[in-house]
Amino acid sequence: MTAPDTHRAIDAVWRIESPRLIAGLARMVRDVGLAEELAQDALLAALEHWPKSGVPDKPGAWLMATAKRRAIDSLRRKKRLEKKHEELGHELDAQQERSMADFDTAIDDDVGDDLLSLIFTACHPVLSTEARVALTLRLLGGLTTEEIARAFLVPEPTVAQRIVRAKRTLAESRVPFEIPHGNELNARLGPVLEVVYLVFNEGYSATAGDDWMRPALCEEALRLGRILAELAPEEPEVHGLVALMEIQASRSGARTGPSGKPILLLDQDRGRWDHVLIHRGLKALERAQALGGSLGPYALQAAIAACHARARTAEETDWARITALYDALVQLKPSPVVELNRAVAVGMALGPAAGLDLVDALTSEPALKGYHLLPSVRGDLLAKLGRFDEARAEFQRAAALTRNARERGLLLDRAAACARGSAV
Amino acid sequence: MRVMVIVKADKKSEAGVLPDKKLLTEMGKFNEELVKAGVMLAGEGLQASSKGARVRFSGGKRTVIDGPFAETKELVAGFWLWQVKSKEEAIEWLKRAPFDETEVEIRRVFETEDFGEALTPELREQEERIRAKAASKR
Repeated sequence: MTAPDTHRAIDAVWRIESPRLIAGLARMVRDVGLAEELAQDALLAALEHWPKSGVPDKPGAWLMATAKRRAIDSLRRKKRLEKKHEELGHELDAQQERSMADFDTAIDDDVGDDLLSLIFTACHPVLSTEARVALTLRLLGGLTTEEIARAFLVPEPTVAQRIVRAKRTLAESRVPFEIPHGNELNARLGPVLEVVYLVFNEGYSATAGDDWMRPALCEEALRLGRILAELAPEEPEVHGLVALMEIQASRSGARTGPSGKPILLLDQDRGRWDHVLIHRGLKALERAQALGGSLGPYALQAAIAACHARARTAEETDWARITALYDALVQLKPSPVVELNRAVAVGMALGPAAGLDLVDALTSEPALKGYHLLPSVRGDLLAKLGRFDEARAEFQRAAALTRNARERGLLLDRAAACARGSAV
Repeated sequence: MRVMVIVKADKKSEAGVLPDKKLLTEMGKFNEELVKAGVMLAGEGLQASSKGARVRFSGGKRTVIDGPFAETKELVAGFWLWQVKSKEEAIEWLKRAPFDETEVEIRRVFETEDFGEALTPELREQEERIRAKAASKR
């Protein structure tokens, strides 16, 4: 193996091992920041030794043993320092003796709980959303600061600073390294799922010409979701989110034309949808449903996506079921955007006039002011009703509101079609 | 990226002999690890080629050939579909698989971006801009 080969192999080992490594260390030293530093030290040692000695047969165990030695050194140093100060009594000494004795048994224990604790810590509510995202990708995804910066189109020092501050906040707030219990678990799961979905959407919104790290965020989020689904298999919303992401990702190859122009869901070539992902998405949705109870917001959105995924042609779409699912979603998470989506479904299920009634009721909604999809949907319904002049004005309004150049082109095309007296 | 990991047939798999309990347990553990890491997308084992068939295409003619097929080592006995970040990650995972005597192959799956035609005009334009920039700095 040449040196660059070894470096690539170390990168790969790091990606596979670092979350478990950091999680295991965090349980021992009770400090995520310190755990990551220890893991990084072990990585540096690997970079120094492996090009000479070759990658060991059990690279994960090698990294853990190295990090563990450094953890013990660091604890001893800390202890000596504390002894010198003589501020702390026997209680703390005993506690540290115990934690050192715990080291050997700790490694063989179930790593699942440690990983889950790490996810909950990285997504702790004391942190800002940006900090949670950066820390999660760094600790669970094994991404470098540079990769995160490129993915989110921000300067690298900004990301580095976010991570440093986040670690400090966690230490200062004495955030315990643990899995929340009972009711708290549910409340704390929300931010975790939100972070994963945010990463996914950031990747999904990448456009042609963006750095390749951006679309790679979709894969990162899917991976995190899939890991989470195995760590917390009893949580229906975890499977709901995974289902939603798998099904959305299944369309990524079909949603832009050769020139990069967006293709709307109903116009997509369904043969280009990824059927491996659709299958996985439908399975994940089944898992969410099998756990019983009413579906949560992610599972409901996944169920809507599944209606599209199951339809072999656009005409086969079960709009009545989609409308019913939106009804449930509006009940659970009232939002004008969901109402607008529901209006689209009603327009498909019961005809454009019924949809238009609902959209008209939303035009005075302050939250939708400046939202380009409102005039865009309204224009579409008006065009279907043959009211082309009004439709053209709506498409033009929508075009002026969108920030996406591709979308603007599409909307102006439709406005021009309306001027000719045609719906498309 | 996605890779397909292709496991080749051997005399036993072609004879329809199922793997022993030890290997099945170890393979189960390995698969579980892949699932837990979010790497495994799909994976199947294939029955002996005696239960399969081939269709030979020659011009307009189609000839059906029933299994078994002779060249055992070239036959596929199973596959995984993995989602990984790099070929190296796939290699590191495969090294952990509980095989004894065999050669297992890793192949990259074509993705949309691997197709030349999919290179959008914007991308081409961007690339040309970058090249022009690089050239002007020389």
